[in-house]
Amino acid sequence: MADVHAHHAPGEHYLNSPKGLKSWLLTVDHKRIGVMYLWSVLAAFFLGGIMALLVRIELLSPKQTIMTAEAYNQVFTLHGAIMVFLFIIPSVPAALGNFVLPLMLGAKDVAFPRLNLVSLYLYWVGAAMALTTIFFGGIDTGWTFYTPYSTSTGGAVGLVALAVFVAGFSSIFTGVNFIATIHKLRAPGQGWFQLPLFVWSMYATALIQVMATPVLGITVLLLFMERLFHVGIFDPALGGDPVLFQHFFWFYSHPAVYIMIVPGFAIISEIIPVFSKKTIFGYRAIAFSSIAIAIVGFLVWGHHMFISGQSTLAGAIFSFLTFLVAIPSAVKVFNWLATMYRGSIDLKAPMLYAISFLMLFSIGGLTGIYLGALAVDIHLHDTYFIVAHFHYVMMGGTVIAFLGGLHYWWPKMFGRMYNERLAQIGCALVFIGFNVTFFTQFLLGTRGMPRRYYNYLPQFQELHQISTVGSWILGAGLFLTAAYLLATFRKPMDAEMNPWGGKTLEWEAQSPPITQNFDFDPVLKHGPYDYRPERPKLDEPVHHG
Amino acid sequence: MNQSITADHRTDKHGEVHSEHDPRLQHHFATFEQQLDASKIGMWLFLATEVLLFGGLFVGFALQQASHPEAFLAAHHHLDKSLGALNTVVLLFSSFTMVMAVHSAATNKQKALIRYLLITLACAGIFLVVKAFEYHHKWEEGLLPGKFYSHKGDTVKDQFIFFSFYFMMTGLHGIHVIGGMIAITWTLLKARKGTFDSTYYTPVDLVGLYWHLVDLIWIYLFPLLYLIT
Amino acid sequence: MTWLRDWMMGPQASTLAPNIDNLFMFISAVNTFFFVLIVGLILVFVKKYRRRSPNEITPHITHNQTLEIIWSVLPLFILIGIFFWGFHGYVVAQISPANSIEIQVTAKKWVWQFEYPDGMRTLNDIHVPVNRPVRLVMNSEDVIHSFFVPAFRIKKDVLPNRYTEAWFHATRPGVYQVLCTEYCGKGHSDMLAKIHVDDDATYQKWLVEGDEEMKKMPLKELGQLVYENKGCATCHSLDGTRGQGPTWKGVFGQTRQFADGSSAVADENYIRESVLDPQKHIVQGYEPIMPTYQGLMRPRELLGAIEYIKSLK
Repeated sequence: MADVHAHHAPGEHYLNSPKGLKSWLLTVDHKRIGVMYLWSVLAAFFLGGIMALLVRIELLSPKQTIMTAEAYNQVFTLHGAIMVFLFIIPSVPAALGNFVLPLMLGAKDVAFPRLNLVSLYLYWVGAAMALTTIFFGGIDTGWTFYTPYSTSTGGAVGLVALAVFVAGFSSIFTGVNFIATIHKLRAPGQGWFQLPLFVWSMYATALIQVMATPVLGITVLLLFMERLFHVGIFDPALGGDPVLFQHFFWFYSHPAVYIMIVPGFAIISEIIPVFSKKTIFGYRAIAFSSIAIAIVGFLVWGHHMFISGQSTLAGAIFSFLTFLVAIPSAVKVFNWLATMYRGSIDLKAPMLYAISFLMLFSIGGLTGIYLGALAVDIHLHDTYFIVAHFHYVMMGGTVIAFLGGLHYWWPKMFGRMYNERLAQIGCALVFIGFNVTFFTQFLLGTRGMPRRYYNYLPQFQELHQISTVGSWILGAGLFLTAAYLLATFRKPMDAEMNPWGGKTLEWEAQSPPITQNFDFDPVLKHGPYDYRPERPKLDEPVHHG
Repeated sequence: MNQSITADHRTDKHGEVHSEHDPRLQHHFATFEQQLDASKIGMWLFLATEVLLFGGLFVGFALQQASHPEAFLAAHHHLDKSLGALNTVVLLFSSFTMVMAVHSAATNKQKALIRYLLITLACAGIFLVVKAFEYHHKWEEGLLPGKFYSHKGDTVKDQFIFFSFYFMMTGLHGIHVIGGMIAITWTLLKARKGTFDSTYYTPVDLVGLYWHLVDLIWIYLFPLLYLIT
Repeated sequence: MTWLRDWMMGPQASTLAPNIDNLFMFISAVNTFFFVLIVGLILVFVKKYRRRSPNEITPHITHNQTLEIIWSVLPLFILIGIFFWGFHGYVVAQISPANSIEIQVTAKKWVWQFEYPDGMRTLNDIHVPVNRPVRLVMNSEDVIHSFFVPAFRIKKDVLPNRYTEAWFHATRPGVYQVLCTEYCGKGHSDMLAKIHVDDDATYQKWLVEGDEEMKKMPLKELGQLVYENKGCATCHSLDGTRGQGPTWKGVFGQTRQFADGSSAVADENYIRESVLDPQKHIVQGYEPIMPTYQGLMRPRELLGAIEYIKSLK
């Protein structure tokens, strides 16, 4: 096994040793990189969130409220671009995954620690490039950059295209790192079916990151070339095809939504067994369903294009496959419920978030059924119904799971426990605020309110106002959460090694861990969700159904 | 699992066996074998992303050719097939010398390793020089991408689209050739210091894999661009 | 449940709407069932299995193959059923009946132009007869737009490099909203149009004369309607604010300075020329971007616009 004679003084851990800014900026420690990613994506979330609040204030009245149409178009574009590329895609993998994955495998680090640091630098460069677009004319295309509007409009579209290219490689390298780590750095005894489901999900996510993101790369590169050099691929005035852009774009961006949600699934699979003190139901089904989603998820991109003028046959194939890809997600939800059945349920904050996830993700997923049905999508495409649907899965799903995971691993990461009562209040405010904001938007959509609208018909005002008030409740909940989490840094490091009674290897490291993660050689002694009081003997096979 | 050979130990002048690792083995790996395997997985995955990156360009090319067949046919006549064929042979040969370089490293033949790396580098250089000649010729004729296209006397229109793709695809490939040359040079410098032996030649292996992909992409580019019928 | 459907979807005004709404309601029923089941189970489990002591032992239930097969296969069958229902409705929406009235639609930032078979052109407004199918053959002059009529449940993207089609068969007389649903820039949310569904007699009369209301309306009021519905408001303000085009406030009687150095008093003829041949004289400090309204305004509508401008002191 690897070098066991790691030297560290008592009281030393990854946060305080070594010291100094340079030691952080040049670190190859996955935990420090994870923490730096965490602050970065939270900053992006804050920025994107401000944009959202501004959008909702503008929509309080049918005509101009606080900004011009041009400004509004830039604000909603920035909201989408920041949230998708700078927050949600890196959030769970880079911030939480980087920290937790090697610990769960009993490893000292990821397979390629220096590549990990490069990923972080690429993220920062891409983010900086994206944010400077504000000073170079901004972008007003929507985060989807459809041509020929995006090839002909003014502003900084070329710059943001390059920014996305750079940030994309950050995502690709994280995926490469995780796959190699999971294959080669597992602890003794950790076969594939003894892995925590978090690892299975991160593996599936990494596969998508590696296979899909390069296509985004070439798409934005071609967009850049079209704008700058008029190469003639997407612009009809140059003999190009604007629908081709949509195919290229969605070939990445549909799998991308699985990059966003599958890590969320990963976290829920960890939290529910621990807070039900019961083994996960259907381990193999959950493990394989992540892989199934990763594969089938590459075949459904055309469901974003049912109205685009693509052929009816293409529409039929994409619709059928879209319904197929729904099944593995449904299976997970049922398995998580079955895990809670006859469990010993403890409603701490991580579990409150997990339960919120089950409800909100169900709504998000079920509303996807309307959209996969070709005839109904005719009516709902490009309306607020879509906006509501994707916020339910991305925010009600991923963000809620991310918050759950943050609370779950907070004591491990920072050695401190947050205030449980405040956490419950925060979760309640977020849950209520989220539903008030976005459930109303389903109704706006069915009644015919299009998305990306600055002005709107007066009959929609009441629902918009309710939605905006919801956004304030949601914002308040998120601010409260940020406040009590940050307040923990004023407390002493009093967290236990295993406050929740988890069975996965990260809970055998100190809170917070030493730089080398473990000062012994981790060996798997039981399954990741084995809560039986009698351990099977060491030479008995450890198996899960 | 991974409980085979333990990490190398270095013995100091007092005969003490230290548990310090061979610095070529990174601290989070237990064995050289584990490090090599993980690195190869990483490189293969990276190569897959490169295939997908170029794949987008190939798909775009195919679709534009399908919707502008005469333009592509007319335009490709401006390419010099014999120069393209020469470059293909040069890259194929360089892939062979790269394989020999990896083999030399694996069998501890230091001089052969350096020699083969140098030849590979030289081939890459020849490739770029030939490409430079071709690009220069296009420049003279105004056969340039997109809005820079200024060739006169075309009977078939929209030929600029072909040249957009020609320059984007060979340009991106050329950037990868240059990147490969930098990687080979770095490997060469390390080889001269005696870094590689049969225990550890991972970087040579990885650079080799990368170089084969660069070659492979050209194998597809050549008929696609130069041999349209 | 029709009250619920109406409350969610709004009025049904075409032959396509009932099937789409029925599928929507079916999916809603299925979703409600599963959602109530999931939330119900969560609430029951949380109450019944709440941790009462820290040393509770839970049963080691790893899987149940029968149950897992049931809850994979059953939803699959339901979804496949929904797929076929949706596919059928979609195919119907793509294929217009042979006897459809064909109207050419041209989208451009940020107006909808329509052209009838006899060559008549309208802007942001069409009249169609009830109970006859209408086929829209659509094309864009610039970026991708999308033609959406919520009451008819139709929507189709309008592309710059090819034609796309949508069709409808209106079932109730009335006025129905058209909205652009593919983001196209600053005026995207103002790119609205109206479809007037008339009984056959009214429709025939309109084809010849334009509508009764328009003929009876005082010119100044008609002019205001023209300002709001023909796209003038996108570029010309009424309160003095500078837009893409000069404000209409106080225009009439003013001396205009043109980009070529000449000048003229803004009288009725000047306004007429600005509308029908806008590129002839460009007001100094503005870009020559106004499109012509030749063929897009009836003579009375133009008179109304002139009267309206006169009234804006």
